[in-house]
Amino acid sequence: MARFRICPDSGFYFDRSAESLIKVNAVAAAVSLLFAGIMALGVILTRWQDVHLLPADRFYQALTLHGINALIFWIIFFEIAILYFASSTLLRCRLAAPRWAWLGFVLMVAGAVLNNIAVLRGRSSVMMTSYAPMQAEPSFYLGLIVFAVGALIGCFVFLGTLVIARDEKTYEGSIPLVTFGALTACIIAVFTIASGAIILIPTWLWSIGYINHIDAAMYRLIWWGLGHSSQQINVAAHVSVWYLIAGVLFGARPMSEKVSRTAFLLYILFLQLASAHHILVDPGISSEWKVFNTSYAMYLAVLASMIHGLTVPGSVEVAQRRKGLTKGMFEWLRKAPWGNPVFSGFFLSLVIFGFIGGITGVVMGTEQINLIIHNTIYVPAHFHATVAVGTTLAFMALTYLLIPVLFRRELFLPGIAKLQPYVFSAGMTLMILFMLGAGTLGVSRRHWDMAFTGSLLSFEYPGTAYVMMAVAGIGGVLGVVGGAMYLVVTVGSLLFGRKKDPEAGLLQSFGFPMSSGRYGVARAEPLPMAPRLSVEEHGSAGFEAPGTFVLAMTLLVAFVIYYFVNWDYLSSVWPLR
Amino acid sequence: MSEEQERPEPERIPFMQRVIENPFLLLFLGVVMPTVFYILWGVMEIATIPVAN
Repeated sequence: MARFRICPDSGFYFDRSAESLIKVNAVAAAVSLLFAGIMALGVILTRWQDVHLLPADRFYQALTLHGINALIFWIIFFEIAILYFASSTLLRCRLAAPRWAWLGFVLMVAGAVLNNIAVLRGRSSVMMTSYAPMQAEPSFYLGLIVFAVGALIGCFVFLGTLVIARDEKTYEGSIPLVTFGALTACIIAVFTIASGAIILIPTWLWSIGYINHIDAAMYRLIWWGLGHSSQQINVAAHVSVWYLIAGVLFGARPMSEKVSRTAFLLYILFLQLASAHHILVDPGISSEWKVFNTSYAMYLAVLASMIHGLTVPGSVEVAQRRKGLTKGMFEWLRKAPWGNPVFSGFFLSLVIFGFIGGITGVVMGTEQINLIIHNTIYVPAHFHATVAVGTTLAFMALTYLLIPVLFRRELFLPGIAKLQPYVFSAGMTLMILFMLGAGTLGVSRRHWDMAFTGSLLSFEYPGTAYVMMAVAGIGGVLGVVGGAMYLVVTVGSLLFGRKKDPEAGLLQSFGFPMSSGRYGVARAEPLPMAPRLSVEEHGSAGFEAPGTFVLAMTLLVAFVIYYFVNWDYLSSVWPLR
Repeated sequence: MSEEQERPEPERIPFMQRVIENPFLLLFLGVVMPTVFYILWGVMEIATIPVAN
């Protein structure tokens, strides 16, 4: 039975079922992002003390909606789309159990809707973490559980597709690195969802009265197995997206498949343990647990990120130099396609993730200096660098790549698309840097009123903290504008973008397959094994990519200086005399 | 020379490559590691806190 179509621009093979499922998951992700972005505006304009837009109850409601839609629904819908793309499309294989995949999607949508309605009703403003003994409506927890079951089905459909691809020999050699990265994301997702089930099912039973007590310490410990690991799915997924974009745009090959795969293996083994940094000041858990899980295990995951941070731009540099861009250290980078939002989104995501998200993550994972910033607004600053810029911008870049290939539409308002990664990353970076500064001055996260108006026990932050929060507010608004530009371009492309295929109608933009005649390939040509690169053969490519080496050393120096500054700051906050 | 002797020996796949190419072994490792070091160890520590009288 014929089931594949070949994209004439990219050569990708799209299985009919997989294509529809990738589209609907991507569309659901965009809807979640829209909702998250609207709520972000409410949050940032309230934390900007001079504006202080929302009353307290609305602020916590908006913060809950923003957190869950941005950190759970947007990214996991998109990641399921990536899993199907990385398995079925990249391996040229039919999707395993498409009916199960549809069931998973329906459950995810139902769960997301249920959860959002619970929060909108106003009695579940417990924020994303929903720490017990704060209690939300039962449908809040039930929504998350149903969503997680749907996502778990998606993970097993991905694993099943890998098995089919191997059995039907749709590829030669090993699975491609991008698929291996997606496998890493899938494995982390399984642990994440299992942790969620362990804690959210009893919490749901508690909310309906079957259990009379949830231990707060136990809740925090296990919930962070869900809350932080869910963000580690992102890391594995967006690193895979980086490799994919580098390969598609530049024909770049990993500098060393072995090294990159080993780095993903380090993620599989150690990345989830970084959840422990949320528990660093919790009583009841020993220093041995805290130190092992953060200062030992987590550094192995950080090492993996540093490897990817070197090999992804390094592979682009090697590919560019092969094309003759060899002048000086950075001609390869200067002459990169900065006007193409796929490239600019990808590269900005990589740089901001590494320089800001990576460095601040290590600071937060160090037990001693974590004390300076624990539970301050420094923490959301860090994860906006990793998730909002690192992951979200990488996913935005991938969307620009996929709209012509998957949806067969040209980009709507390409001028806006060209600017979008710059506006979004500039706004977010401004917000992040000033939130980091305010956090270092002790400004709390999740706090409606930093002036403590009318409180019995008040606290006066320095004037600088207010200025920093105001600048962060300006940056945040700019970031929301950048996010809105992305949605205008993507939704506009699906609705009004010029068709690259006459059959790419409105219904096809939202998941309906094209006519069966378009899927005329019964069995895809097996994916050939890529030829070895000379770089790979001698094992190390340090000087094949000198510009990247300089960038990596710059990161290292920045990290060392920032790390030292934080220790110095700790000694002044808490002097030993 | 017999037919068996003529057949080239299949390429030996290194141990680490065999590990990395087994998605279900990786899934097992990726779930067991954090379950043991993060969840079980942490739960045991909280569970052994003496109850206040």
